[in-house]
Amino acid sequence: MSTLIDGLSLGSVYALIALGYTMVYGIAKMLNFAHGDIIMVGSYAIFTTMSLCGFPLVAILVAVVVCTLLGIAIEKVAYKPLRGASPLAVLITAIGVSYLLQGIAQLIYGSTSKPVTIINMGNFQIGNSTVRVSSIVTLVVGAILMVILTLFINMTKTGRAMIAVSEDRGAAELMGINVNKIISITFAIGSALAAAASVCYLFQIPSTMPTLGAMPGIKAFTAAVIGGIGSIPGAVIGGVLLGVIENVCKSTPLSPFTTAIEFGLLIVILLVKPTGILGKKRREKV
Amino acid sequence: MALLEVKDLQVFYGVIQAIKGISFEVNQGEIVTLIGANGAGKTTTMQSIMGLIKPRDGSIVYDGKNITGMPTHKIVEMGMTQVPEGRRVFSELTVYENLLMGAYTEKDRSRIKEDIEEIYTIFPRLGERKSQVAGTLSGGEQQMLAMGRAIMSHPKLLMLDEPSMGLSPALVDQVFEIIKHFHNTGTTILLVEQNANKSLAISDRAYVLENGRITVTGTGKELMASEEIRKAYLGG
Repeated sequence: MSTLIDGLSLGSVYALIALGYTMVYGIAKMLNFAHGDIIMVGSYAIFTTMSLCGFPLVAILVAVVVCTLLGIAIEKVAYKPLRGASPLAVLITAIGVSYLLQGIAQLIYGSTSKPVTIINMGNFQIGNSTVRVSSIVTLVVGAILMVILTLFINMTKTGRAMIAVSEDRGAAELMGINVNKIISITFAIGSALAAAASVCYLFQIPSTMPTLGAMPGIKAFTAAVIGGIGSIPGAVIGGVLLGVIENVCKSTPLSPFTTAIEFGLLIVILLVKPTGILGKKRREKV
Repeated sequence: MALLEVKDLQVFYGVIQAIKGISFEVNQGEIVTLIGANGAGKTTTMQSIMGLIKPRDGSIVYDGKNITGMPTHKIVEMGMTQVPEGRRVFSELTVYENLLMGAYTEKDRSRIKEDIEEIYTIFPRLGERKSQVAGTLSGGEQQMLAMGRAIMSHPKLLMLDEPSMGLSPALVDQVFEIIKHFHNTGTTILLVEQNANKSLAISDRAYVLENGRITVTGTGKELMASEEIRKAYLGG
């Protein structure tokens, strides 16, 4: 029971991060490998604010603002000049941005891990099993954010414009949609979700270091690909699936092989369905 | 008065010159056609006018303003849009949502509502299928949707790129009827067509584009009467 809930909550952290990967891929048609490091920046923003003022809510707010602005800035400075360039150039740039962020964090905060406690939430009992309150909070926060995002994309003008841009950038421009603005908004939303993921992650593991974002980043990217990159429900399904598998594996003797099993799953799914669980085949238009 | 004036337009794809210095104009209230074979540069010309491709040289003046190199969304806001080749409706959005996208630059909600109702009157099939995602429509219905979507922004100048491509003869007639309807309600039309017969018949003037150059120009009637044009584009 507690394994399942912990798994679901880890899964919603992965899902929140995967949403950023999948939205940026769907709309800007690029893999933003610096996305994981946004989480790391968020965690340091929380660390700094907590040590300065100590109000958890302020710290969370600062993290969201910092990450959102950082996401927009990265897109403007690093990716926008490369629009129309070869996908490989954009990919290398994204990896470069990732190392840059890690380097800056190391320069400011050093390479050792720093404890970051936002709130101590404790545990409670359901039947025989102990459930962490933080897991429930993460699960609920994740679910609420995903519902809001889905509503935003399907019900608002900007959301529909995002769908239009992801499907056909040229046709979207002919509607009078400012594609650059939509891409900016996409990075902002993805990074804000990364900040939320960072908060939830710190609920589970209350410490940070410059490479904090690397592993969850890769896992969430895996989740996005498993679910079908570019698909929003796909990212959620992939994230939750990966989180549950990871936690279930860790509670069995297979524990040392957890990561191998996760990436094995990716390989199997890509062999069976190369577009991921909910991925669509896109006709290449000339 | 020229609503659109293209002067000495030159467009390159890498080192290959697709448009080799063409000049033409579309006057307020006209229907003008560009005819030409595949690869003559018709679509490239349209995409350059809309700002989707940046020309190497030349100027595009719309409504007295130089719009060369302007971003597409700004050009749309100025009252010009295009029904792209191959329809390119948003297949994941419903018919209704596609029409909403067409009104992206319009802020008045009640006007958008009225306009959508009007589109459903012009194209009853779209009204019947308003909640269906556009990807499930037939080719003809998608063409109607693409045209309805474009007219949602109330363009002063509407460009249509091969609107009759791949449609049955009955649907082709319908498409040309609708173009005439848009024209009668005050929209200036620039048409690109391989179906030269139908398009010349409704055109005030036409230009023949060959290998990136304009070779012949005249009124629709003149071109239809020309021996040369008949042989090359009208099937004898």
